[in-house]
Amino acid sequence: MKQVVLSFVSGLIFGFGLSLGGMTKPERVISFLDVTGNWDPSLMFVMFGALVIYASLYQVAKRMKKPFLAPNFTRPNRTVVDRPLVVGAVLFGAGWGLVGYCPAPAITSLPSLKLAPALFVTSLLLGMWLFQRFGAAKP
Amino acid sequence: MSPFTLAILGGVLIGLASALLLLFNGRIAGVSGIVGGLIRAGQSDKAWRFAFVLGLLIAGSAVRILKPELIETDRVINPVLISVAGLLVGYGTAMGSGCTSGHGICGIGRFSVRSLIATIVFIGVGMLTTTVLRAIWGGL
Repeated sequence: MKQVVLSFVSGLIFGFGLSLGGMTKPERVISFLDVTGNWDPSLMFVMFGALVIYASLYQVAKRMKKPFLAPNFTRPNRTVVDRPLVVGAVLFGAGWGLVGYCPAPAITSLPSLKLAPALFVTSLLLGMWLFQRFGAAKP
Repeated sequence: MSPFTLAILGGVLIGLASALLLLFNGRIAGVSGIVGGLIRAGQSDKAWRFAFVLGLLIAGSAVRILKPELIETDRVINPVLISVAGLLVGYGTAMGSGCTSGHGICGIGRFSVRSLIATIVFIGVGMLTTTVLRAIWGGL
């Protein structure tokens, strides 16, 4: 139960961070990606700020035997650079560059009750489902 | 405050939120992974995933009350384009095991080569897509 509450708090802070930083504005994301046009580099600082904090606290986590609330750290199980990683990143980058939404900001923007985030999140879920159903290697 | 200051502040909050999830729950704050697990049949740990997404939604709701323009877009985006983009982002992040948060922050933050490469690729392709799109339609 404590872990569920912690997850909620993390999501809450995450959502405020995205909104404050400008990630929930697709026009800002597009201006950041449009390097050859009227480039707006400010969103780079969102990533910079997040990385400095996360990388520092990751060093703390690395020295802990286990997390405060869970029995162990869940680690990503893949370590090699493989085809799905690169092809997946290409598809994601193409979709991100088309509209300017990535998953978290689109979900955070849902309460605006506007069409754009609602349509995006619906097709996002469909895309994930399609991969889980047809794209993932069968064990 | 300038957009740069706000961007750093927002980034600090995102980094802090992600670190909390790691330090307390031992989990990676990769939003596409969290959501993917929610819709996957047979996934047993849906409660914390749901709670995280609920946190995002409550944050968005508070922003809507306090400063709605932060989560609204002035861009007129073609609904077909949005649907195609959503499908690409959903399929691509599921295939590539991560998005901006999971690879871009948590992955690079722990110096993962996989995540560094994924991030360079999706930012690069994103820049290329935006540039090509503007060249064709003069911006959408």
